[in-house]
Amino acid sequence: MSTTFNRRDFVKSAGALGLLGTSAITGCASVGGVAKPRVVVVGGGFGGATAAKYIAMWSDGKIDVTLVERGDAFVSCPLSNLVIGGSKQMADVTVSYDGLGKRGIRRVKGEAVGFDADKKTLSLADGTTLSYDRLILSPGIDFMYESLPGLASADARQKVLAAWKAGPETVALRNQLTAMKDGGVYAIHIPKAPYRCPPGPYERACQVAWYFQQAKPKSKVLILDANEDVVSKKGLFMKAWNGQYKGIVEYRNNQEIQDVDARTNTLKMSFGDDVKADVLNLLPPMRAGNIATQNGLNNSNKRWCLIDWLTYESTAVKNVHILGDALQIAPLMPKSGHMANQHAKVCAAAVVAQLTGEAVNTTPMVANTCYSFIDNRNVVHVASVHRYDAAQKTMVTVPGSGGLSAEANTAEGGFANSWARNIWADMLA
Amino acid sequence: MNPVKFRGGRVPALFGALAVVAALSASAQAQPANANLGRNLAAQCANCHGTNGRSVTSVPSLAGQDAKDIVARMKEFRDGKVPKATIMHQLAKGYTDEQVALMAEFFSKQAE
Ligand code: HEC
Repeated sequence: MSTTFNRRDFVKSAGALGLLGTSAITGCASVGGVAKPRVVVVGGGFGGATAAKYIAMWSDGKIDVTLVERGDAFVSCPLSNLVIGGSKQMADVTVSYDGLGKRGIRRVKGEAVGFDADKKTLSLADGTTLSYDRLILSPGIDFMYESLPGLASADARQKVLAAWKAGPETVALRNQLTAMKDGGVYAIHIPKAPYRCPPGPYERACQVAWYFQQAKPKSKVLILDANEDVVSKKGLFMKAWNGQYKGIVEYRNNQEIQDVDARTNTLKMSFGDDVKADVLNLLPPMRAGNIATQNGLNNSNKRWCLIDWLTYESTAVKNVHILGDALQIAPLMPKSGHMANQHAKVCAAAVVAQLTGEAVNTTPMVANTCYSFIDNRNVVHVASVHRYDAAQKTMVTVPGSGGLSAEANTAEGGFANSWARNIWADMLA
Repeated sequence: MNPVKFRGGRVPALFGALAVVAALSASAQAQPANANLGRNLAAQCANCHGTNGRSVTSVPSLAGQDAKDIVARMKEFRDGKVPKATIMHQLAKGYTDEQVALMAEFFSKQAE
């Protein structure tokens, strides 16, 4: 649908005027002063879709909202480890974008590649240009392949999968596991924090172990962690690995790698012998998504994006807001989907206020919860609540708030599924 | 999980009701710095309780509940008086009485 739809409805801005003639002028914010303020959101994940919905809802239609997303439907990373373990299907973690259309949000299918901060235009790979008053980027993460020459080719990346963006790679990893012989080894390599979803790799190890227990009992799960220790929910995961998955899961810390040989599924370790696996799952080091990195928004270590925590506006470029995993997070704020949804609401409130001449809230709060599935039914969580600290100009945890599950339990198995359906509806319905 | 479980025995305790009155009057005195504060705070609960407190799952809906009931429940969670709580006892500790009163007020005005 994209090409004709795009051209008719969206090439109203800047350079396209000459091509399309006067009929295109009506929608241009700079003409006549009656047009609605425009927000363009890039990325239909937990951050971007939520921002689009809440701006439309809270502005009561007074702001024109466009969502640019390259995918056809939303595929959730949370719960996708259950597809890898085999207890859920892709359809269970896939949600349509149609609900946003019912809220008057226009969706443009395409890949955003750059923006002009002076002209306030966003450009897409297909040449489309969109005008904005405020641009919101929720670009997620991309991988730092430059640190792993062995993954330079597309072939290598299709063999040694990351499967850290839910979608075709999720299915491909599942297929590698089902094709593996019983008695084989699945190894997952975890990069140094920060990376997307701190407990995610450990949950995945549990899901693969659960699958092996059902279908391939002689097989092993090897966790190779570049970190000094389990990054999240340590006690709860250890309990599973030393309990229900004893003899299946082996955890090794301080496992830094030099490179990988995709042909032989071999990790070249910084210290000690090479490690070979039948199914090798490598999570490369991560950084803010390409559109942020390629347009100078990655002003923290050239890796993550710094923002004003009251508005989520980039400290590098005016009128550009950034959400989600791409941020240089405040201490103890994980890169999670739940968190991105919360960023989006603080940002949405601020952007609506800015564009309608109201005061921006100076006391924002955000909260996080990450549920992790130990098997197909038992779940553990970690939760935290954060408030804005005006003196430090950052988010700090509220003392005494938050915590962990006492142990894995099925009640939270139910709530984790409920959480997923409610948060998907909160962003997309 | 059945939400009814958590609704049972919600307000009977007298101390709970008194606490509600205290919290509500505290909020009546302190005007929020920002007119949308209640809405903004309540949006943090939507991840689990649904947009504007209308849940589409087994997590209880908050939309349309009496503000004083929500305030009382939050206090019970915070004080560790809901033994079956899986997570609310931890989240409730993150908010002041004033913030809870603002959120409760917002949810009470949403259609069920
Ligand atoms: C991570 C998911 C999650 C978030 C976020 C969350 N809740 Fe809850 N809430 C639950 C669950 C699960 C229950 C059932 C009790 C339990 O297991 O702790 C519940 C129960 C409640 C109840 C009792 C409802 C009843 O009818 O018995 C209230 C009140 C409540 N929550 C208020 C809030 C408020 C206010 C917020 C936002 C500050 C919030 N919750 C955020 C998951 C959540």
